[in-house]
Amino acid sequence: MAETIDRSVFEELKATAGADFVKDLVETFLVEAPVMMEDLRSSLAAGEAERFRRAAHSLKSNSNTFGAVNLAAMAKEIELGGLAPVRAAGGAPLDALEVEYTRVAKALMELKRA
Amino acid sequence: MREGSHGSARLLVVDDNKVNRLLLSRNLELMGHRAIAAENGRVALEMLRREPFDLLLLDIEMPEMDGFQVLEQLAKDLQLRDLPVIVTSSLEGVDNVVRCIELGAEDYLTKPVNPGLLKARVGASLEKKRLRDLQKELVRRFATPEVAQDLQQSGFSLGGKRVRGTVMFSDIRDFTPLVESQPPEETIELINTYYTLMFNAISGQGGIVSHMAGDGLMAVFGAPLPLPDHCDAAVRAALDMIEMIELFNVEQKTADKPQIRIGIGIASGEMVAGYTGTNERATYTCIGDTVNVASRLEAHTKEAKRAILIDATTRQGLGAKVEVEALGPVTIRGKVQPVEVFAVKGA
Repeated sequence: MAETIDRSVFEELKATAGADFVKDLVETFLVEAPVMMEDLRSSLAAGEAERFRRAAHSLKSNSNTFGAVNLAAMAKEIELGGLAPVRAAGGAPLDALEVEYTRVAKALMELKRA
Repeated sequence: MREGSHGSARLLVVDDNKVNRLLLSRNLELMGHRAIAAENGRVALEMLRREPFDLLLLDIEMPEMDGFQVLEQLAKDLQLRDLPVIVTSSLEGVDNVVRCIELGAEDYLTKPVNPGLLKARVGASLEKKRLRDLQKELVRRFATPEVAQDLQQSGFSLGGKRVRGTVMFSDIRDFTPLVESQPPEETIELINTYYTLMFNAISGQGGIVSHMAGDGLMAVFGAPLPLPDHCDAAVRAALDMIEMIELFNVEQKTADKPQIRIGIGIASGEMVAGYTGTNERATYTCIGDTVNVASRLEAHTKEAKRAILIDATTRQGLGAKVEVEALGPVTIRGKVQPVEVFAVKGA
């Protein structure tokens, strides 16, 4: 597995958008991402395939922005695969996604403080 | 550009994802633009219909109304269909890119958007928009708003269609001695004032000036857009023109400058209206017997010593309020049968 946050992507983001702005952006992500996770859980339970796919898509997009490469890859797989395989696996891919997100959140908070 | 200052534009960023919205807006602001954000397609369309924007940065995956639906709506909207759109999306699959371009998007950027690429694409799109705006402005200046609208809606093609309408010819009486009696600069000024007054009178009644030549002009009522009371409208415009010339003459007299008189010929009926010329250079005009009659009636105002002459068809189309005087049949060039001529009273 690659590192949690691709530092070159994160540094590039800071260089082009400004370090202070990126701090705020990280904070926004840390508020928004749990909502997307919750969206994935609730749409899975309700069987709403479109909302499920859109939440995965959104999480993938933001993960790419911060260089969270593993999280992005996992979200992409869920986006492309759709609801059925995740349900068949008893929601296991979402558990794995949540574990990786916790790592990402910790790494981003450290980078923000640095 | 809407913002006036060079290089600064008003852009609308549409994305349901807050992080994406903030980051895109930030990048655009760092380029010196003003970025305004909307969280889905429906909100974006409402804003676009309310306020002017130079460019739209559009996400595809959105609740309520997605980017594809926004592109479809924009294409159908006459006011908005020229607005450049750059799609910014992390959608998988080249099919989606193709669909965006087919629906009218100018460009497609994959998220996360590279700021350098964004700057280049935004710059290119704004430049293209500037040129398109310039082109539209030129069309407006050299054509009438009605012709410009017709061109925008139906596109340009040589050829015409049959319409019912009214044609007017007008020119300045004894213009040649007037030109010879004063410096050319004063003549130009006189002509420009004259045209300004005539244009106001004609467009005020729903007509369009299709030709100007020297001191003469041709105007059409009822094409390219239909006008139900084209006969009345043309005669009202003619009376306004005479009135404006009288007011103008009062000013000229005060300034010790030459006064002018005009003659107006009006005829109604069927004609062919459309674009003539070549594919490279064309003009909007009307052709047919009606046009010839109007032109001959204008020439006949000298002999008849009346300011406004109309044909029988125009006479029949007039409301009761307009008083006319029958001058009897007149033989005009190009017509085998004499034409019944009427002079409009009050001019």
